[in-house]
This record gives sequence, C-alpha cells and structure tokens, in this order.
Amino acid sequence: MRIEIPEFALVAMVGATSSGKTTFANKHFLPTEVLSSDFFRAMISDDENNQTVSADAFDLLYYAANKRLDRMKTTVIDATNVQQSARKQIIDLAYKQNVHAVAIVLNLPERELLKRNAARADRGYPERVIRKHCTDLRRSIKHLKKEGFRFVYVLNSQEEVDNAEIVRTKLWNNKRDEHGAFDIIGDIHGCYDELVMLLEKLGYYKNEQGIMVHPCGRKAAFLGDLCDRGTKNTEVLRLVMDMVKSDNAIAVPGNHDVKLLKYLRGKNVQMTHGLDITVSQLENESDDFRNEVAAFLDGLVSHYVLDDGKLVISHAGIKKEYIGRGSMKVRDFCLYGETTGETDEYGLPVRLDWATDYRGRATIVYGHIPQSEVRAVNGTYCIDTGCVFGGSLTAFRYPERECVSVKALRQYYEPVKPITKSKSEPDDMLTLGDISGKLYLNTKLMPNISVHENNSAAALEIMSRFAADPHWLIYLPPTMSPCKTSSLDGFLEHPIEAFEYYRSRDIKNVVCEKKHMGSRAVIVLCRNTETAEKRFNITDGSRGIIYTRTGRHFFNDTETEKQILNRLDNVLTQSGFWKDFETDWVCFDTELMPWSEKAQELLQKQYAPVGRAGRDGLTAAVQALEKLCDRGNVPFEVSKESSGQNFDPVELLKEYQSKKDAMERYVDAYREYCWKVNSVDDFRIAPFHILAVEGHTFSDKPHIWHIETIKKYCTGIDPVFMATDYICVDTTNEESVQKGIDWWLNLTGNGGEGMVVKPELFTSFYKGEVIQPAVKCRGREYLRIIYGPEYLNSNNLRRLKNRSLTRKRSLALKEFSLGMESLDRFVMKEPLYRVHECVFGVLAFESEPVDPRL
Amino acid sequence: MLLTITMNGINTQELGYLLHKNPQRAQCFELNFGKAYVFYTEVSDDRTTAALLLELNPIDLARGKLGSKDGGLFDYVNDRPYVSSSFMSTAINSVFGTAMSGRCAKRQELADSVLDLETTIYNLPVRSEKEFVKEIFEPLGYEITVRESVLDEKFTEWGESCYIDLTLKGKVKLSELLNHLYVLIPVFDKQKHYYISEDEIDKLLRHGEGWLATHPLKNKIIRRYFDMRKSYANKTIARLLETESETEDETEEENPQEQETLEKKIPLNTQRMETVKNAVLSSGAETVLDIGCGEGKLTAILLREQQIKKITAADVSVSVLEKAKQKLNYESMKPYLKNKLTLIQASLMYKDERFSGFDAACVVEVIEHLDIQRIPFFEKVLFGYAQPKTVILTTPNKEYNVKYPTLANGTLRHRDHRFEWTRDEFKNWCEHICSEFGYKAEIKNIGETDVEYGSPTQMGVFTKCV
Repeated sequence: MRIEIPEFALVAMVGATSSGKTTFANKHFLPTEVLSSDFFRAMISDDENNQTVSADAFDLLYYAANKRLDRMKTTVIDATNVQQSARKQIIDLAYKQNVHAVAIVLNLPERELLKRNAARADRGYPERVIRKHCTDLRRSIKHLKKEGFRFVYVLNSQEEVDNAEIVRTKLWNNKRDEHGAFDIIGDIHGCYDELVMLLEKLGYYKNEQGIMVHPCGRKAAFLGDLCDRGTKNTEVLRLVMDMVKSDNAIAVPGNHDVKLLKYLRGKNVQMTHGLDITVSQLENESDDFRNEVAAFLDGLVSHYVLDDGKLVISHAGIKKEYIGRGSMKVRDFCLYGETTGETDEYGLPVRLDWATDYRGRATIVYGHIPQSEVRAVNGTYCIDTGCVFGGSLTAFRYPERECVSVKALRQYYEPVKPITKSKSEPDDMLTLGDISGKLYLNTKLMPNISVHENNSAAALEIMSRFAADPHWLIYLPPTMSPCKTSSLDGFLEHPIEAFEYYRSRDIKNVVCEKKHMGSRAVIVLCRNTETAEKRFNITDGSRGIIYTRTGRHFFNDTETEKQILNRLDNVLTQSGFWKDFETDWVCFDTELMPWSEKAQELLQKQYAPVGRAGRDGLTAAVQALEKLCDRGNVPFEVSKESSGQNFDPVELLKEYQSKKDAMERYVDAYREYCWKVNSVDDFRIAPFHILAVEGHTFSDKPHIWHIETIKKYCTGIDPVFMATDYICVDTTNEESVQKGIDWWLNLTGNGGEGMVVKPELFTSFYKGEVIQPAVKCRGREYLRIIYGPEYLNSNNLRRLKNRSLTRKRSLALKEFSLGMESLDRFVMKEPLYRVHECVFGVLAFESEPVDPRL
Repeated sequence: MLLTITMNGINTQELGYLLHKNPQRAQCFELNFGKAYVFYTEVSDDRTTAALLLELNPIDLARGKLGSKDGGLFDYVNDRPYVSSSFMSTAINSVFGTAMSGRCAKRQELADSVLDLETTIYNLPVRSEKEFVKEIFEPLGYEITVRESVLDEKFTEWGESCYIDLTLKGKVKLSELLNHLYVLIPVFDKQKHYYISEDEIDKLLRHGEGWLATHPLKNKIIRRYFDMRKSYANKTIARLLETESETEDETEEENPQEQETLEKKIPLNTQRMETVKNAVLSSGAETVLDIGCGEGKLTAILLREQQIKKITAADVSVSVLEKAKQKLNYESMKPYLKNKLTLIQASLMYKDERFSGFDAACVVEVIEHLDIQRIPFFEKVLFGYAQPKTVILTTPNKEYNVKYPTLANGTLRHRDHRFEWTRDEFKNWCEHICSEFGYKAEIKNIGETDVEYGSPTQMGVFTKCV
C-alpha cells in the first residue's frame, strides 16, 4: 500500500499491543521523529512497561511533541491509541499546531496478536488486555475521519504491513523552490483597466495567445479579492485565470473570492459588498466560464511560502506561527485576518494588529485592508491601496522591494469608512522580548554573538533612560583597542606595535589617521522632515540627530543640534553630495570637538582639580625641600637612632622638581583639548566614515576613499567641518614604517592625541576571521591624562606596561560586527527590531567591565 | 600631601623634642600606603618649622599595591597624592603618635604647656564649604588664614578650585593641635582610604577627648568623620553624651534625593503616597502595577492593604530593584506577602506583555524622568497596549517651583528631571491621553495648594472607558 502523508504531519500509530507499531514506525520514520510512550515510561521510571507512570510519561511525550511541531517537524506518536480519548489528545494537538493529523492503523487479526504476546519474553499482557485493544480498535476505525484525522490508512494484515510504502508529499502552500522574481498585486476588485495599466507599467505585454507575460519571466502574484465592487469582474477573472494556468502568475484567494465560490456552488449568500455586480456580470457568461471560475477558485491555496521561505503571500496576512501550515484556522486567518469581535463606529470589525507583533524573518505581502498608502511594518507590507475606492492599484516588486502603483481612473465604489493612512504614529513598537535576557545575535561578520543577560539588563536601563528615539539609532560605534604595549623605554604605546599587528596578519598597506581629541558623534541627517518620517519613522518634525557613542542626544539643547545639521545640509547641498550619492539621507561617524564640550563635568571634577592640587602641592613641596637644602647643615650620614631612615634632601628635591614638571605637562595636555564655545562656529567636526546612505553602506570601500570623499564633499565650505590628516604606510617596508613613526612623533609631540591605524580595507580578514578594524596609538603626552601625570616615571611605567588587551579586542570585534550589521539591516529596510537588537547589543557590550583606559 | 608645623617663641628648636624628630635630620618613614618625609625647613631660636611630606604612589592607588590583586580604590588621574586627606591624618598618627599622646620624657613640662603654634595644611579639599572651615576651627581658638585659588587660570569660567591652603595660628598644646588635625582633616575628605569599622568609634573618642564633646558642631564632625555611616555616628554621639544609643543600622543615602530634601519642609512624599494609595483603593483595584517603583515606597504601602491581592513592582534599574528588595526585606518577608509581590526589571520604552491585565497601574513621579520626545512610547506601552482599568499618575507642577527658594531661577526639582509640566500642560496631556486611548481623567492636587501656583504635585486618575 502506498501511504501518502504531507511532508509536515502529526502521525498517530494506532494498533493493539504486539501489533508491530514500533517496528513499523522505526522502519519508515527517523528515530527522532518517533515519540514512543514506552520510551517515556522508561525515561521516568526505568521500566517501559510500568503502566502506573503512564500519565506523567504522556505529559512528557506531548511536551516533546509540541516542541517538535513548533519547529514544523513531522512527529509520530507511537502508542496504542486504540481509545478515542487517547486519540483526542492527538487531534487537539494537531488543531493547536495547525498540522494535518494522519492515522496509520495496524489492524491485525486477534489470534495473531495473542500468539505474539505469548511468545514475548519480556512482558506478557493478560489476554484480556489484547482482546480489549482489538475490540476498541475495530469500533474506532470507521470514526477516525470524523474524529479529525485528515488521512487514515488501515493495514489489515502482516503482508500489507510489510508491503506498505510511505510517501511524503509536498504541502500545497510550499513553493519554496520558486524564487521569482514576482510582481505581487493587491486587491483588484474588478478594476480591469487599472490592472492592465499596472501590468503594462511593470513590463508585461499580451502574447499571441492573448496572455499577459513578462519578457524576463517575472511572475505576477495576485493577493485575492479579484472581484466585486468594480465594473469589469469577468475581465479580471479571465486575465488572472489565463495567467495562472499558463504559469505566468500565482494567486491566493481572498474573502470575496471564497464568497463568490459559495455563490457559484449554489449556496445561499448575501448579495452585499459588491457581489451583486460580479453576479450580474457572470449571468451573461457561459456555464463553461462559470464552471471554470469555480474550479479555479476552488483550487486556490490559503497562502504561499516562496523563495526558500523568504517570502510569503496571503490575502489578509499571516502570523509567523501559521506560515507553511494548513488548517481551517490558518485558512481563515489568511482570508479574513484576525478581529476582536467588536465593531467600530462604521459597523466594521475591529482588527487585531498582528503585524506589529510580527517577528518572523520572512517578508509578508498581503492586502485586504485598504489604506491610502502601503503600510510597511516589521517586514510585512499591506499593499491594498483601495483602487476600487478611487485610490490606486499597487504592485510590490520582489526581490526589489519596490512599490509600483497606478491611480484609479475613478471611484467605482463608495467606501463605508474613509480610506486613510494607517496611523499617524510609528507602529513598529519594540517589545521587551526583542532584547531581554540572554541574546544571540547573528551577524555577517561574526556568527552567533551572545550577549550575557546582565549586560542586556544594563543596556535596557541606559537605552530606556538616556537614549534617543530608537528609530534614529541605526548604528553605535565600536570600542577601539590600543596597540600592544611598547617594549621601548619611555613609551607605553608606540606605532611599531600597531604596524606589527597588521603586518603579522598579512596586511601590507595600512592607513594612519590623525586621532582627533573630541567626543565621538554619530550624525544622521535627512534632507527634509518627509524623509525622516518615511525612512526613519520619525514624526516629531526633526530631520536628523547627532548622538553619542551610547545613543544619547549629543546636545541637550535642540537648537544647537538643529543649527549644526542645517549647516551640514548646506555643505552637502553645495558640494553636490545628495545628487552624486542619489540619497535623501546620510549617516556619518565623526569626532566632535572641543572635548571640553562633552567632558565639562570630568574636567571640572577631576582633571582640572588634579592639575590645581598637583601644581600647588608640588610647588609647596619643592619650596619646602629647597629651604631644607638651603639650610645646608643637615647631616646626611647620621647613625640610625629611630625608625626613620635618613634621606638625601638634594635627591628628593630633584625628584619633586621632576614631578612638578610632569604635572605642568599634564595640565598642558588636557588644556590642549579645551576651548570655550560661544557659538556653533566654535565647534569642529571631523567626519571619518560615511557609514550609509539610501541603498548603500560603504564598508566595502577602502579607508582612503572615505577620507578623500569626505574631504571632497564635507570640507572647504564651512570651517566647522574638517578633514582628517592621514598617511599610508607599507608595513613590510622599513623606510615606510619609519615615516609612519616620524609622522606620529611629530603629531603627538605637539600635543596631539595620537593616531588610528587601520587596514587598507574597511573590513579585513586573517585566516578567515575578521581582525581589528583599527588600533589606536596614543601620544606620550596625551597618555598623562589617562594614566596620570606621573605615569612616565620609570617605576610607574614598568608596572603600567603589564596590561592585557584580549578582552578589549574581543569586544571591539563584536561591537564592530554588530555595528556593520545594524547598518546593513537598516539599509536593507529590515524592521526596526532587527536593527535595534544589534544597536542594543553594542550598548550591552559597552556595559562590560573592561579597563576604561584602554 | 604637605603639612607644616611651626613653633614661635624662644628656644623653638625644642619642637624637635616634642615631635620626637631631630631637627638636624631629614627622615623618611615607610607607611603601608606610601612614604612620609619629616624634615625641618627652618630652625632658629624664635621660629622652627617641621614639615611632613607625604608621598603616595598614584599607580598603587589605582592598581592596588604591587602584587595585590584587588585593584585600587582610585582612578589614575587622582588628586589623592597632592591633597590633605585621610591619608594625611593616618600619617600624622603614624609619624607623630607619641607627640599626639602628649608624652615627652625629655621635655614633659613643655609638652604640657600652651605654646604659640602655627600649622599649614596644604590643599585641604573643602569644596564649597569655606564657611564650614571657620565654624570648625574657630571654636577651638585658632586664627585662620586661607589661601584660595582658581581651578585653572586659563579657564577662569570653570570657577574656584575646591582646595585651600589653611593656616591655623593659636595658643595650644602641641598634642592638642595634632589631635585636632587628626580628627578634623578627614571631616573634609569624602573619599576615605580606609574601611570604616567600629574600632573607629574608640579612636575618635580617644583623639577627641577634652574638646570634641564641647564643640558646637560635634554632631556634624562625627557624622562626616564616619562618612555618613549613621549608626556609628549615633553610637559615638550617644557615648559622648552618655545616653542610650538609637539602634539604626543603615548607611545614609549617598546621594540624598535632591527632590526629597527640597520638599521636606512639607512632608510631601508622605502625602503623595497616601493620596495615591487612597486612589488605588477607591478604584476597587485588586491587582496593581507599580511602574518605576524605585526603592519600593509605594509598593510597601500597598502590600499591606488587604484589598490588594497582587502587586508587580517594576523598575528599569537592576540596582534600584536590589535596593527595593532590601528595603522591603524581601528575603525574610512573610510567605503570603511574598507571594503577592513580583519585582521585575522592565522599561516603559518597550511593549511588555507582563504589564497586561492589571486593575490599576501607578506611575508616581516617573514620567518627568523620561525625555519628552519619548513620552509617546510610554503612552503606547501603558495606555495603548497594557490598558490597565485605572492609571494613577503623578508629576511635579512646575508653577509651584517658585515657592522653593532654591528653584527661583527656573531649575527643575531634580537633576534627572527632563521636564516639569505646568498645570495647563498636564491638563492638555491628560486630554490627549483620553481622546487617543479611550480613558476618562480626573486631575487632583497633592500637597498644600497655593491660590496662584496650585499644588506642588499634580495627579491624574485615568479610568478606561468601557
């Protein structure tokens, strides 16, 4: 016997004990597909025959079955299942999981079973048990279909059992192997003229057979509701049926189509919502045509899973847990959506907003709810733009993800409720579940980055209390590791180690960029508020943002932010950036100066006080020691009479003079990065990465491209925006390396912070793994404000050289991977929660306790 | 780091005997946190000056002593090596211990005499408390000279520095002077380097003998000496006054809530909690969500009400929740109460199904801590998705701020307040909530109501329309 079961099914083995269910199941299914009650009895009691633990054993079995079915794994329940009450549990599970239940019944003669039972060494059931099983089974067989088993196969002899063959058939909704491209078209409602116009606009033409086809083999995908309300319903049906039959289109049914089918089958339906128009048109058609329509509608499947599961189409949308499954529940959802059961002021059902909660990876394109614009939420697109109500007919091009529309020629039908934009506010609300607890984030550069729950808890607080609107936060900058500690005397960091880091990883060419001593600032700028609303879902009227490395507004007062953004827009407009990059928005990674602007508190509470106390205290100490030395008559060599050792005043004075000198240099070092800001003119902003524009990130461009492009488009017009000095170094060439060292010495000798050494390419790999995107090499003088004024004292320096970079580097890589990923996702128009989880991850890693001086 | 002690008069070289340090030597002492150098900058009949130069290694401070694994208490960039702090106090005790006790075998008479002494404490971190310096030292009979400085002469807009060089002149015994310095230097130090244990009580009493009990600011001195550790301070004061001690075992909050201090004149917080509690009870609620529960004051009150069957206290900060747990005595709570209570970390910026299904939600003094641009998120999370039947929300009334003298210039009541609303602004917002999310609102006053400016706190009680 050929037993056909769907590729995804819940299979119940039904048969008396000793009928060979386990043997059968093991022969035809994977060991992991089969959940056997014996196995679970043994698991909890060490005895597979222990009937007293059956209840707990079945609890476990169903728990496991649920988890398998959650993952759409075919599951076989290997138990006797001869009683209706046992089978009901299976049917309930199938209902809950929207999976087809299949019964495979081993209905062997009673004598045979008794004989087998008697021969069993391990256990022998009392004969009455087997008799009872057989009786129950015989009574059950004819009810199985009614109970809810979609497919029932009964094997009546051992021979039939032996010859059985199981064939797994593809689910109807499974079109994973169709990769498109598709032109998905929303609710047509008899708007034939607009449909033809739209198809033509999309490049379709009528072939010799009069069928609309696309020269590149694209397929149309119709989202249902072909008829009713409009004037040319039969024309639409003809066109769509021809396209589908000739494999130039696919189609899913809408609620109107289902109602039409009911009518065609002679059922009693109300002639409302424009069905009357379709019916009166169909009355003028032939029986053949009507039969053809009925057959066509009858063959439509609730939804399709396309392109390896990356695309799903359905009339009214679909929840993540319904995708790819088949049941009345799923079908109803696909046809009607989900409603609360209430009605609104127009008497229309109140809808539940499944799209807001949608967290699946598949793109879902659907219609059903007419709105004035396409509604895109979390990777779902409602493309019913109300053509029949005088709106437009819209197609969603896949994989391009573009919408193409034609305006309705007129209003064919008065809507009950005015067709509006879905909502005025963004409805891609983030949920706690998106970011709480331990997170696993998959990025292109680094798979499976895990974030510890303590870190995500810390990030939740920062993100909630301080961060800007998450719609703006498409990126957070990664931390950067310093180069390895220098082995040279008098240096904690030195370029040699930075160059060596890359040289030893086969990176020949590196770029050294001057490190600006300011504060990290990410700038997102839209050309206008409309772009901010459309692209970023920002509705408060702002058109850009400047934010810190932790996602906080850089400026407390919005006026300064606005002025800087306006000036940047002015620069980019004058330099032709917007035109050349064909974009309405841009995201820059920058350094914003002066440092004192953001570090005011740090300066006034820590840096300056140390400088003050240090200079005054050391001056006083030096003066006191000078007085001591001036006395001249203090004997140095005096025999020890108490605990104190004698010291040499002259030596100590020297020591304190050098401390005082170090303190002066420290004060000079921090002063270098402070100046008073009276107006926006006093800021300096050095962009160093063009992170993204519409449709592109630039992580594939070399660093020199970034610097030169920024120089070309951002500088020279407004002094606030400045370029970054750089030189290129060949790490394998001694002369070039020396040049790099000299450049750094020159830079830092004048009080500069130092430099950042980056590999030629934005992302570089060594032995298949991504390596540090940059290492910093900080100047000798600058490091005084990090490690203290006296850090260069040889004893101090020796101790400071003992530092570990492992953790810092690992964080830098993870954060870099997440940062690039969030930009990619945003540019690919992935939903907010997908972008946010990466940004959130960076913030979580920033809460990791790592030496802040690195 | 530097301290000088000068004796004026005749035969002042004898200071060497009193200090037990030979004026002809320059000595160095190893202390467990650094080195102390003792030497004399001038030695003559009429004026002799001893200097104590304390040297701390900044790397030790940041990393812990060489070889230790604990790490230090301080940052690398740190003023400790250059100021007169608790380290100096400890050094005085180590180096001049005998002198402090007043013993001097060779010159006991001199040690017992009142002398013409002068001391300069370099870089005493007094912050803005320059008046306090006078109040502390003048009652002890010192004439005071203070040298002040700007924080950074290149950036005068940064203001004055918090350090002074303090010179005290007076007619005291040397041992008295040293004890004064020992006790009073740490009073100005907010970052003590040692762990404050109960032994410190004895130490303080010993060194304060004969003068601390009569000092007009003794309570403040003791509190500050113990770094706000209330219980020790109380015990010390009690022993000093020979009365019973109060038993209170907690550290005073490190950063006393500015808002609360401000509003203390009227016990507003108590009134607020009481009003909110009554609103919750009269709404008939049995299940309550306390959003932004902080340290759990409201939760504690509601927990004791029989009408309330379940309460979920949520805060975005894990550390604050830990504090709430302590304050609520969560671990030792009666099982029935413990079962009533759930503490969760949650955010008002993220939709959260754990917020659903409550009769009432309390949002007491929370929204003003959110950036105004993010208020719409909060609205959606609470009124849009969670939809409790009743929402009780309080927030400051900005108009009332004129009644607080320190807020005259328009500052807000707490450093973390992102905004405060006038009565009109609050009313408009309530109306917006009602029309957008289907609630009815009633606005009430909490606290003494001023005819012109209204009450300090405004409360909105929102009821979901059915």
